[in-house]
Amino acid sequence: MALLDVQNLRAYYETQVYGISRTVRAVDGVSLQLLPNEIYGVAGESSCGKTTLIKVLSGTVKPPLKIHDGTVHYQFGSYKVDMLHFDSEELRHSVRWKEISYVPQGSMSVLNPVRRIIRTFEDIVDTHQGIQDKKVFFNQMRDYVNKLGLPPDVLNAFPHQLSGGMRQRVAIALATVFHPRLIIADEPTTALDVVVQRGVLQLLKDIQAESQNTVLLVTHDMAVHANVADRVAIMYAGRFVEEAPTKIIFGASRHPYTQHLIHSLPVIGDKSSRASLGGAPPNLANPPNGCRFHPRCAQVLEICRTQVPAMVDLGGRHRVACHLVKEATR
Amino acid sequence: MNANDKLLDVQHVTQIFHIGGLIGGSRLVAVNDVSFSLDRARPEIFTLAGESGSGKTTLAHLLLHDLDPMKGQVLFEGRDVSQIRKRKQVMEFMKKVQPVFQNPFETFNPLRRVEDYLYDTAIHFGRAKDHRTAAPIVDEVLRNVGLSLEEVSKRYPHELSGGQIQRMSVARALIPQPDLILADEPVSMVDASLRMAIVNLFRKLRDENKVSVVYITHDLATAYYISDRIAIMLRGNFVESGPVEAVLDRPLHPYTQLLKESLPSPNPSGLESWAKHIALGTTDVKEYGRVGCKFAGRCPRVMDICTKADPPDVQADGRTVKCYLYADGAK
Repeated sequence: MALLDVQNLRAYYETQVYGISRTVRAVDGVSLQLLPNEIYGVAGESSCGKTTLIKVLSGTVKPPLKIHDGTVHYQFGSYKVDMLHFDSEELRHSVRWKEISYVPQGSMSVLNPVRRIIRTFEDIVDTHQGIQDKKVFFNQMRDYVNKLGLPPDVLNAFPHQLSGGMRQRVAIALATVFHPRLIIADEPTTALDVVVQRGVLQLLKDIQAESQNTVLLVTHDMAVHANVADRVAIMYAGRFVEEAPTKIIFGASRHPYTQHLIHSLPVIGDKSSRASLGGAPPNLANPPNGCRFHPRCAQVLEICRTQVPAMVDLGGRHRVACHLVKEATR
Repeated sequence: MNANDKLLDVQHVTQIFHIGGLIGGSRLVAVNDVSFSLDRARPEIFTLAGESGSGKTTLAHLLLHDLDPMKGQVLFEGRDVSQIRKRKQVMEFMKKVQPVFQNPFETFNPLRRVEDYLYDTAIHFGRAKDHRTAAPIVDEVLRNVGLSLEEVSKRYPHELSGGQIQRMSVARALIPQPDLILADEPVSMVDASLRMAIVNLFRKLRDENKVSVVYITHDLATAYYISDRIAIMLRGNFVESGPVEAVLDRPLHPYTQLLKESLPSPNPSGLESWAKHIALGTTDVKEYGRVGCKFAGRCPRVMDICTKADPPDVQADGRTVKCYLYADGAK
């Protein structure tokens, strides 16, 4: 059974300044299912709607963001949650951090700079569960970070004393302290170097493998998805254009945008010239008609300019939204 | 050798910062005895690669005459950069050495049109008398980077995509017709689909405009793609430097090997080596203060001698490597 079921979600930013109204269609018709015990990657460039999608999934919808259509249903064991119609107080008590937690991009901004790390742990555990005995709690936390392979003295350090990679791993430790069923990681390693990135992603994978929960990993770096994710969805201008198991995305992708993302990656040992994609990412306040990728697509057809391609199921959990695929299977 | 054969000659440069209060505190050697040079006759792309805190940006400041080295010299066209004092000399130097920065949205004032910076640069460096005569120069550099004046005129920074605006900042750097461009992480803020446009642009500048580029990055894959030579930096030291094919195809230093191995490959098979667990430093400052090789605390092949004295520079297999592992072969 799916842990999360999203159907045809549309979330727009609506602003009105001096009588001029503007609608930014950040998430425009996204459907997805997350299964228990998998790492699901979402890839896409900046301003393609990745972060808006996360906001809706984690239940932090605030104006000017508005939900226009669609459903978001969670199934935590026997506990069902309709995220779009849910009391925010109950969300805080019984869902957030216990069932869904979040690893942000910049760990410096989640850790209080003037308090030791252990105090941040204390705040979070106290808010969501309550602490009876501080001594027991300290020992529990010490064991917990030790189990994650972090040196116990990080608990007594201030955030600025830790290196960037260690700080990000502390943020992951914080996010997983209640063993949530879903961990949402938004660009968790984008600010880090390759060596540190590897260490942080290894920790995330280890935690996932041990507690068998689901990780929603959002990053624009395709190489990270290749190494970490089980399934990958490619997002472009507010829509999913392709979704498949990682091996298929990297071996047999069908959408021209996915193919470009993969072929443009430089590799050590290969100096052959690589083309870059022309044009600019679309403006979501005024997106192109039809397929939103068509102004930059090298294989554009006449139908692409006018008709939005539907998501086609190719079997083997491979879905793609492209008129070329439809033409080929016809 | 005649000093004028060298466009840029960095000789044993060291920069030390003092952290902490007046009493106590600690010394941080941000750049430690670094030397390299660029030939005038043969333009090339020279990459400085390393993780954050490796001293890349400090070295860039030294090359740009923002900082003067505490030891050693930076020679540009045979002249000591730290001796540049007079306004005329500074202008002359700025004309020949131009920077491109990491975040294009911070480079440009959000309330000013981007093209104004290009006109200003043209007038400031004396390539044009006024706005009208500057227009063809601006258009020419924009065409050089694959844009045109019609496309970007009257636009503010937020109206351009990250790739476009970063190309604008390269175009701005090209106006004084520099011999050397210093690009500090020029693609790290740019989306993957636009990244190759910038990187290809540096290639074109080298091949067609004969501009040398010092490319500072932590992304080894793009470094391999564009550069001729590379230097891997770790805590202020060049641990391995040489032709990019030699250094990245067959890395010798354990740190370079770790870097290359850690680079996630865009291929889902072959994950085994990447999944092998690695040791990370807890704090940054600890490694700076380390005696001997800075990598010794994390090195899988550490020896007793590594923690006692700085390793020597060894010539091996067409590159320079700072490691005791190869010291015997050199003798």
